[in-house]
Amino acid sequence: MKICVLVKEVPDAAVEKRIDGSTGRLDRSGERNLNPFDTHAIEAAMQLKEGGQIDVEEVVAVTMGPESAQRALHKAVSLGADRSVHLTDAALAGSDVNGTGYALAKALEAEQPDLVLLGQQSDDGECYTIGAVVADHLRMPSLTQVIKIEVQDGGLRCERQAEYGYDTVQVQLPAVISVGDAINEPRYPSLKAIMGAKKKPLEVKSAADAGIEAERVGYDNARAHCTDFAAPPAKAAGEIIEDEDTNETVERIVAWLDERKLLA
Amino acid sequence: MSGILVYVLHHDGAFNKNSLGAVSEGARLAGELGTECHAIAVGEGIADDLAAQLGAYGATKVFRVQGPEGLSQPVVDAMAQVIGANDHDYALFGGGLLGFEIGAGLAARLDAGVCMEVTNVRVEDGKLVAERPILKDSQISSVHYRSKVGVIIGRLNAFEAVQRDGASATVEDVDVEFQPHSLQAKMVQRGEQRGADVNIEDADILVAGGRGLGKAEGFEALEELAGALGGAVAATRAVVDAGWYSYAAQIGQTGKTVAPKLYLAAGISGAIQHKVGMQSSENIVAINKDSNAPIFEFSDLGVVGDLNKIVPKLTEAVKAKKGA
Repeated sequence: MKICVLVKEVPDAAVEKRIDGSTGRLDRSGERNLNPFDTHAIEAAMQLKEGGQIDVEEVVAVTMGPESAQRALHKAVSLGADRSVHLTDAALAGSDVNGTGYALAKALEAEQPDLVLLGQQSDDGECYTIGAVVADHLRMPSLTQVIKIEVQDGGLRCERQAEYGYDTVQVQLPAVISVGDAINEPRYPSLKAIMGAKKKPLEVKSAADAGIEAERVGYDNARAHCTDFAAPPAKAAGEIIEDEDTNETVERIVAWLDERKLLA
Repeated sequence: MSGILVYVLHHDGAFNKNSLGAVSEGARLAGELGTECHAIAVGEGIADDLAAQLGAYGATKVFRVQGPEGLSQPVVDAMAQVIGANDHDYALFGGGLLGFEIGAGLAARLDAGVCMEVTNVRVEDGKLVAERPILKDSQISSVHYRSKVGVIIGRLNAFEAVQRDGASATVEDVDVEFQPHSLQAKMVQRGEQRGADVNIEDADILVAGGRGLGKAEGFEALEELAGALGGAVAATRAVVDAGWYSYAAQIGQTGKTVAPKLYLAAGISGAIQHKVGMQSSENIVAINKDSNAPIFEFSDLGVVGDLNKIVPKLTEAVKAKKGA
């Protein structure tokens, strides 16, 4: 079978994120990296491949984004993906969740995957919804925030936490599964894998190559249009103690609690 | 007719509190728009009186669909059909996991705009505008819909359930033909409780632990501190999923919502999914070694340091103070 892993390049966690005042869009410049949640999806694919219970011929990393997004694909390949697909086109820039999910689904259609894996959320837009959008377009069953996957009865037995506790769901393939970060501990790529990543096949596709209808993607066609960025009501900044002398720190915490009658 | 369609989640004969809040919010907005708020419930044998109860929260009609519970895609089919037949302008969801999945799937099906984590909805020129905090809540963005149907997914606890007297909703049964893929995921077991059944919702003081504890044994020190303070221990989703602590003690998106007098967070970064479950606490104290942790943005007292050093000493100091 073939597993496609959707990955995304996001600003490095250490970089302050901001809105570009002139465009009203997230400023995606600066240091960038593979979305940390996606490394769990790649690891899940690798564990299925190496687990031997199901025959995985190929793991393909797929991303949509500007030229720089290729770094996320190189990282994905260094973590074990066999090749990658880069959907990139100026027409796709500024797509909303609806447009992005549609475009990714079109790119995936060409691959005919038996399983699509992705991380439960991205580290920038915090949209944990792409999986459900992609699944509806591909007409595949889907489940998000999965923390355990086992091959069983020709499908996948998945566990996740939902509103009322832990659910166990049997999912037929092909399927779209987004994984939570508790599912595994991603491996670190070897130096050899990092060096070899750029030599693995990388296919670049335009919107037209993927058969994407132009009027369904891009900023101007976003069905949900973000405007009017405002600061939330200010909350008084809390007091901060840098722990240098722990006895003194503890004394200050106790005094703070006592002042608020929390030690009665 | 036009109107607002609200999805209501239920389990074990009761509706979800966030869903009831969404019905109340839908009714408020429908009032301003001069239209009606309808609700839709999908399940196996939803009783007449349970469905009609939604009238007390402001729904004038409840669409009742016989179908699988706890999974999103059958609900997408049901809502797409009901919206197609009744011309609803908006689909509204309360906070929670299933609402995200259904709302996103529905947006794909209807080619609709979708906005999640919505904390407020306002009426502007006869249309709904959703407000969503972004960038770790440092900015609020207004989202305008440019599609026939707008999908609004609330943040946990964003909408308050308001019960009125006397109002009752009519119940309409709808037969839905589910898409093949919607029946290709099957619930094997729903709502399994993992770990001890502890009560954290009545505690005045909560000491909560996250991944920063490093290991399951880290909770022992928190239990001692909670004991000294006269409180209970709570946990983040990450450590519950990792099996370090009981699900019943989990705060946030798919756990409990609490507002104790004191919430002491140890080794918790303060992700939105956690924040929404505890931000109404009267006093928030955070101990974290990462000075950039988002939790310091909304804590009243932040301690930057190693919790393994601080917590045991704090326990002793609290005991000494209380004993004095």
